[in-house]
Amino acid sequence: MSVDTKLPFDQEYVTNFSKDRQEPEWLTNLRVSSLERAEAIDLPKPDKTNITKWNFSSFDHEKATSSDTTYDALSEKVRELVGKEENANTILVQENGATVFARTEEDLQNQGVIFTDIHTAVQEHSDLVEKYFMSEAVTADENRLTALHAALLNGGTFIYVPKNVEVKVPLQAIYVQKGAAGLFNHVLIVAEANSSVTYIENYASENASETVANIVAEVYAADGATVNFGAVDNFSEEVTTYVNRRAQVMGRDAKVYWSLGQMNDGNTVSDNTTYLVGEGSYADTKTVSIGRGKQTQNFTTLIKHYGKNSDGQILKHGVMKDSATAIFNGISKIEHGATKSNGEQTERVLMLSEKARGDANPILLIDEDDVTAGHAASVGKIDPLQMFYLMSRGISRKEAERLIIHGFLGPVVNEIPIESVKEQLIEVIERKVY
Amino acid sequence: MTAPNLKVEDLHVSIEEKEILKGFGIEVNGGEIHAIMGPNGTGKSTLASALMGHPKYEVTSGKATFNGEDLLDMEVDERARAGLFLAMQYPSEISGVTNADFIRSAINAKREEGDEISLMKFIRKMDDKMNTLDMDQAFQHRYLNEGFSGGEKKRNEILQLLMLEPKIAILDEIDSGLDIDALKVVAEGINDMRSDDFGCLIITHYQRLLNYIKPDKVHVMMQGRIVKSGGPELAERLEAEGYDWIKEELGIEDETVGE
Ligand SMILES: Nc1ncnc2c1ncn2[C@@H]1O[C@H](COP(=O)(O)OP(=O)(O)OP(=O)(O)O)[C@@H](O)[C@H]1O
Ligand SMILES: [Mg+2]
Repeated sequence: MSVDTKLPFDQEYVTNFSKDRQEPEWLTNLRVSSLERAEAIDLPKPDKTNITKWNFSSFDHEKATSSDTTYDALSEKVRELVGKEENANTILVQENGATVFARTEEDLQNQGVIFTDIHTAVQEHSDLVEKYFMSEAVTADENRLTALHAALLNGGTFIYVPKNVEVKVPLQAIYVQKGAAGLFNHVLIVAEANSSVTYIENYASENASETVANIVAEVYAADGATVNFGAVDNFSEEVTTYVNRRAQVMGRDAKVYWSLGQMNDGNTVSDNTTYLVGEGSYADTKTVSIGRGKQTQNFTTLIKHYGKNSDGQILKHGVMKDSATAIFNGISKIEHGATKSNGEQTERVLMLSEKARGDANPILLIDEDDVTAGHAASVGKIDPLQMFYLMSRGISRKEAERLIIHGFLGPVVNEIPIESVKEQLIEVIERKVY
Repeated sequence: MTAPNLKVEDLHVSIEEKEILKGFGIEVNGGEIHAIMGPNGTGKSTLASALMGHPKYEVTSGKATFNGEDLLDMEVDERARAGLFLAMQYPSEISGVTNADFIRSAINAKREEGDEISLMKFIRKMDDKMNTLDMDQAFQHRYLNEGFSGGEKKRNEILQLLMLEPKIAILDEIDSGLDIDALKVVAEGINDMRSDDFGCLIITHYQRLLNYIKPDKVHVMMQGRIVKSGGPELAERLEAEGYDWIKEELGIEDETVGE
């Protein structure tokens, strides 16, 4: 351990925090045991990025109280993410983990769909949450950050879609981090057999000072279920982020689609893992990232095949400017017995400045003969001949770069299956690149 | 409006320390069509690139003005906005950027903010020019030059010429790779542009193109400069006899830029 990792939180603090929130005993116990364990186990070790000196210990952890406010009381930035009030019918907005705005449709409730904040979920659906919460996709004892996550959990969402229910409207969540508040946000999505759901999340900062975001999302997809998971991460540079999004695709022919816009301005380590357990299960991961300033980021996408005939697709494009550094690891792992599986991946990095650093590492780990797999990767600078060509038509240097960057990210952005995520991404890209 | 004028005097250009243009001069006015011919490796493309401002080519001495203004002092995009156009021998491919988006950006780059070309007007013009060039509409939505055949790229260069309506255009081997029908179509497009407000410098190896686009002057380039100028009849003689007679006449042994 190279930095001071002593946290100002002890067993008593965590117990009281849990009690104040009237949590079930299993969660209080998990918090306490995880806090204890956090001291003993190591930080995660993302390949090729050293995070041991990153700030994971300096943050505030206070109780924010939930209050359902009006649309007009939301900040302008949040309202922009929410969209028009009349269209905001299935949405949850949280500030520092406390719900400030929530709408859901009666129709969904009648069908048995649960879409609520994690705090309410553990009270009202304790057994259901306990069954899945940090059970398989991500566990609390995995590394120090997942342990701290369990111990200090202070926000998030629970989504449960019963058998055969297709949720047509996207369920949206917006998580705003303010000041020095550390965010320990947990998203848990359970999709029962033959159900389908689209979930979209935004992370944003307001007036941030040095702090930590520790985010875990778990998706459980049963037979024939389809989960569409879209995210736009946009924390400011003061925020060190650990984000771990995983799917346990247990069901036969279950499908999980990830569309991740990784647009944080601070140091970020991202783990996006999908376990393809079910026969014929499918995972599709598309990520777009932009690095700027001095930030260091590590984006690891892993698809692990256990089921026969499983298919995993990874497509990652990143643009690095200023003196930003990013590592893009793509791992397709096919276990013995996962016959007829297919794993494909592409990682591309475009660097806009001399000092920017990008690294793409496609890795295929295959323990089964009867499979297909492929990978492609490239890291490069903007081609000066392309710039010359565009500028020779009167297009300014800035606009020419813009065209090339959009052209570079376009193949990912255009393929994103959720329209609103696509639009938000285009906007954030505009803001971050120019 | 005064007629366009491109004036190049005693231009010396190097690439990676090697001098390629060695005292090149020419003057092209609106209404004029000049042809530059010359064996491979004599500096024709270098001239075109240097005038457009290619970053790899260093102008070591000499002058170039565009409508009286110092061309060499301008950025590449400024040269284009001033009215210079280069149809390239080897156009770049740009993935993810559609031909239509690119051309519209280029048109708008020349216009004031708030005065962008309307989408309707743009589409109509694009349809019209693509018809002239006998191009399939699908090329609007394909990525810029990506996977275009050699001839398709050339046609696309001329499409840009017709859409952007420059004052002076340099066409570098626009005829190479074109089939006979395409050659006629492209020539027609260029002839449509002919007016007192448009001057053109055509770099070519073949007399054939000049049958369709009648040049006012023909120049022969060797060793990085013009060694002989004449009228259209010069191109005809080159087609028939090659370059040896000029080399003999001028006592040139190696016509390339050499060391
Ligand atoms: N980027 C470069 N690096 C090194 N040498 C170059 C470069 N560009 C041009 N040259 C050299 O400069 C000389 C002139 O080249 P240029 O392309 O101008 O000839 P050209 O007259 O257009 O020939 P062609 O008729 O074959 O198109 C050649 O010897 C060529 O090899
Ligand atoms: Mg040439």
